[in-house]
Amino acid sequence: MTFMQETSVGASRSLGEPIVEITNVDKWFGSNHVLRDVSLIVRQGEVVVLCGRSGSGKSTLLRCIDHLETIDGGSIRACGNKMGYRENLGGKRVELSDGKAAQQRREMGMVFQSFNLFPHLTVLKNITVSPMRILKIPRVQAEADARELLAKVGLPEKEEAFPSQLSGGQQQRVAIARALAMKPKVMLFDEPTSALDPEMISEVLDVMIELSRLGMTMIVVTHEMGFARAAADRVLLMHDGQIVEEAEPEEFFNNPKSNHARLFLSKILQH
Amino acid sequence: MGWSWDHFFRFMVSEYMLLGVWTTIWLATVAMTLGVILGVIIAFMKMSSYWILQRIAVAFIWLWRGTPLLIQMVIIYTVLPKVGLKFGVIESAIIALTLHEGAYFAEIVRAGISAVNKGQTDASKALGMAWPQRMWYVIIPQATRVIIPPMGNQFNLMIKTTSLASVISMEELFRRTQQLAQIEFKVLEAYLCAACWYLLMTTIWGEIQKRLEAHYDKPFGPVSDKKLPTRTGVQSNDSPGQV
Repeated sequence: MTFMQETSVGASRSLGEPIVEITNVDKWFGSNHVLRDVSLIVRQGEVVVLCGRSGSGKSTLLRCIDHLETIDGGSIRACGNKMGYRENLGGKRVELSDGKAAQQRREMGMVFQSFNLFPHLTVLKNITVSPMRILKIPRVQAEADARELLAKVGLPEKEEAFPSQLSGGQQQRVAIARALAMKPKVMLFDEPTSALDPEMISEVLDVMIELSRLGMTMIVVTHEMGFARAAADRVLLMHDGQIVEEAEPEEFFNNPKSNHARLFLSKILQH
Repeated sequence: MGWSWDHFFRFMVSEYMLLGVWTTIWLATVAMTLGVILGVIIAFMKMSSYWILQRIAVAFIWLWRGTPLLIQMVIIYTVLPKVGLKFGVIESAIIALTLHEGAYFAEIVRAGISAVNKGQTDASKALGMAWPQRMWYVIIPQATRVIIPPMGNQFNLMIKTTSLASVISMEELFRRTQQLAQIEFKVLEAYLCAACWYLLMTTIWGEIQKRLEAHYDKPFGPVSDKKLPTRTGVQSNDSPGQV
């Protein structure tokens, strides 16, 4: 896998203003406290890798950023918006209407573990449906943009295929192109390679590394430590709904501070 | 009275019976169309987050699915006029069929929409779609694929169920068959003729339904390919380029 040998692109990047600010976020699933007072600032152009055991809250945190999950306390600002909530006259937190929340999400792209391509639409239409129907970009323009994106993710000849005719790796690359078509300021990746066969993982990671090179702000939930080394500015470890370790990749791998991190690394790197 | 082929074939193509067939077809089609529209409305009411809409939908389905269509028709045609609501034969038949079928369609539509993978909602939300866009461009097209088989069966039933409208003197195929049998004293020929026409209509609909199903299944590929690639699955030949 080529990205393994590459020197880290993360450290050399210059970082901009904070673009995602998570402040004291709490989240419960029933009696289960899945996010405990989580705070995190991600700067423009930064690539942050979130890792941790399953159930540690990393995917939930990512979904909260896009307001796909509600939060029970704290606040999340992303791309200049207070995600999902406003304060009413009495200073009480009120959830935004569906339409308002939808507007906020347009600023961010999200890629899912299970791809979630629209199975009834061709690859090209999967990519153009949002630009055309939401941003009201004319068809010709939207399709030209989509073709350009497909070429960039290495699938220029698949535009007329349906998702069911693609391999997992191809589907995930289309999903990335679909998210990019909305010209997002931040990209959220929720275990983008966990559902893939091993031989398809690198084709997706290569696209993500290229994206990070171009300065995209990315928050990536993944166990692919090769990606973390190659592209991340910071690696965060979550445990029991809290961020327990936060370091630059080299520091994280070579000199983990917490016991949680040492345990996690011993499990993930032993093979 | 022996069996008469001559009468049977004459009945089959007689203008009197053909008009009855035509009435059955348009009555079923109109009631189906209105029933689907009503069913979609009731389904969305039942799925809405407003308590009152949910309750109205539940009560509607409970009432119209829980009583016989025959009684509904008779009540609409003969009892409602007594409280000042007067409907003609055709209106009564359409109203009863629409309300009755609408209750069934509501459940079919709701089941179809709930069958769409939750990930589709996540993905369309993440792309910035609001509820109407998510429904129109993502959820409903996929639900349609699930809805068409039971909906088709329901239309098959509807073609035959229209015969109940004969009790309120709607001149559809069954009532005309009864009348023909009485006028010509050829009971067996008349009823067999009607049976053949119903069979022909449901058979043609069966073919149409098959085509509709095939059309909506097309994007999902052949049945054996529906699953995601397995561990030993397809190897990608494409290499990602520059982003």
